[in-house]
Amino acid sequence: MMKMKKVAALLLVAGALSACSNADRFGNGDGPGAGGPGAGGIVPGSANDPRSAAYFQQTIGDRVLFPVDQSTLTDEARTVLAGQAQWLLQNTEYTARIEGHADEQGTREYNLALGARRANAVSEYLVSQGVSAARVNQVSYGKERPLEICSAESCYAQNRRSVTVVGGGIPTS
Amino acid sequence: MTHVLNITTRFFAFLMMLACATALSAQDRLRIELDNPRVEPVPLAIPSFVAENGAAQEYAAQIAQVVAADLVGTGLFRQVSQDAFISNITSFDAPVQYPDWRAINVEGLISGAVNVADDGRVSVKFRVYDIASGAELGSGLQLGGTTASWRRLAHKVADTVYSRITGEGPYFDSRVVYVSETGPKDNRRKRLAIMDYDGANLQFLTDSSSIVLAPRFSPTGDRVLYTSYETGQPQVYLLDVGSVQRRALHDESGAMTFAPRFGPNGSTVVYSASSGGNTDIFTVDLRTGARARLTSAPSIETAPGFSPDGTQIVFESDRSGSPQLYVMSATGGEARRISFGNGRYGTPVWSPRGDLIAFTKQNDGRFHIGVMRTDGSDERLLTVSFLDEGPTWSPNGRVIMFMRETSGADGQAALYSVDISGRNLRRVNTQGAGSDPAWSPLLP
Repeated sequence: MMKMKKVAALLLVAGALSACSNADRFGNGDGPGAGGPGAGGIVPGSANDPRSAAYFQQTIGDRVLFPVDQSTLTDEARTVLAGQAQWLLQNTEYTARIEGHADEQGTREYNLALGARRANAVSEYLVSQGVSAARVNQVSYGKERPLEICSAESCYAQNRRSVTVVGGGIPTS
Repeated sequence: MTHVLNITTRFFAFLMMLACATALSAQDRLRIELDNPRVEPVPLAIPSFVAENGAAQEYAAQIAQVVAADLVGTGLFRQVSQDAFISNITSFDAPVQYPDWRAINVEGLISGAVNVADDGRVSVKFRVYDIASGAELGSGLQLGGTTASWRRLAHKVADTVYSRITGEGPYFDSRVVYVSETGPKDNRRKRLAIMDYDGANLQFLTDSSSIVLAPRFSPTGDRVLYTSYETGQPQVYLLDVGSVQRRALHDESGAMTFAPRFGPNGSTVVYSASSGGNTDIFTVDLRTGARARLTSAPSIETAPGFSPDGTQIVFESDRSGSPQLYVMSATGGEARRISFGNGRYGTPVWSPRGDLIAFTKQNDGRFHIGVMRTDGSDERLLTVSFLDEGPTWSPNGRVIMFMRETSGADGQAALYSVDISGRNLRRVNTQGAGSDPAWSPLLP
């Protein structure tokens, strides 16, 4: 429920932002969004613009999950990350910030180190797929930024994650 | 017979020259051995201190109340109600009516008097009476300070009483720096706060615009190391408590740095740095900026802390496959594992007395605060809860403060303290939620 609300809020924000920043291009008709493959009804920067951060987050998938106290990538994680790498190779104007997170089991210091391991595992995978290391940076949040806030394994599983935040992308050409 | 308190520009102390102050029985009965404490708290009478002039009125009662709160808060004493008193203390120099106090089962009596001079300086004099022995315990003492520091004067009185009765070092005149928290778990706002050990005189040291973690005092208590995300990366900062000025300690590499602690010399800082997914332990000298790498294993090495003599470092590593505690030389090199019980160990902290290491332990889905000898023997768990973490020592090495967080979406962090005996678990006063406490040394 909480999660759905958040996604809805993000969509609203993404829509509002694109409405503001892209109004001009949308209007004059020669912007890349309008000239692109989805010219019919696609709002540039919105979740149905395949070059937008919102599309990356929702359709490609911006996060992968880890087993307890592990930083090795599961097969499922590799599939998601292969998609992320492909997207980043196509959208070279974006950089990627890899955030490593841990659940609330574990001490603050250990979880910072564990989050760093997770972020690095993701970063290395993206680079192995051809993404330039210069476009990828890492940060660990340890257990400081849980996504789900109940205290049960179902929530912990969602919090043992890395999130790839794409930014710096101004799709101008 | 001399009692000497630290003399600073702000405080003065001297022995009162009292004819009767010297004869001390060798068999004081007002004694508590902390390693073998009595089961029942010792009954103390702490009447309102005598106000020696009009300006002292407002301080006399409050100082006695703070003295009583400090002593009762140890769990070693209880306060006998003023309603039960047969005689009262209306003059500091009047002879004590021992039978009147024995009749109501008082074992210790603290009498005091307060004077506020025209220049605003406060003088507090006090005496401790061992009622059963019918004699003073130690000599009368006078302390002075400013009206603004009246609580410190009260803590110093209580420290003196505590030390005379237990034979232990004092700890009430101390402060705690911690992380003040607001907001839900998934959007928690954190800022550094400092307060007296009992929660009074709260002051915020940072705003809540960036995550801040795990502040640690310098050996003199005037500076604080902590970790902040203000650049977007966790990095170590040094803050001057007096001026609230801070500076970054991280180097140009932009590596994540965290878990800093001072060495006993006040200039060496040990910390963790993480790059390429690997976390190791480093030191930096605050005077020269020189850095040294102490570990270089592919495992996680973090949460380092010095022994009080500065020769060794205890830290946490998962090199064995799970987080355990290790001790190495302060210059690095071979480390020996000291934790061997079931579960995962972290955040080791050496006692200021040098005899014990406190730690966080996870086992069977529960968290504990525990202590062990520095060779890992005699492990004792002092607490258990959903999440207990991050022990810090009282200046005398007899009490541990830590963070306890409750479970679930509404879970909140709070500060708690517990004796190293495992007794007297109690919540520490904070305004709102708090985590990551660090106890200062005794104030100068």
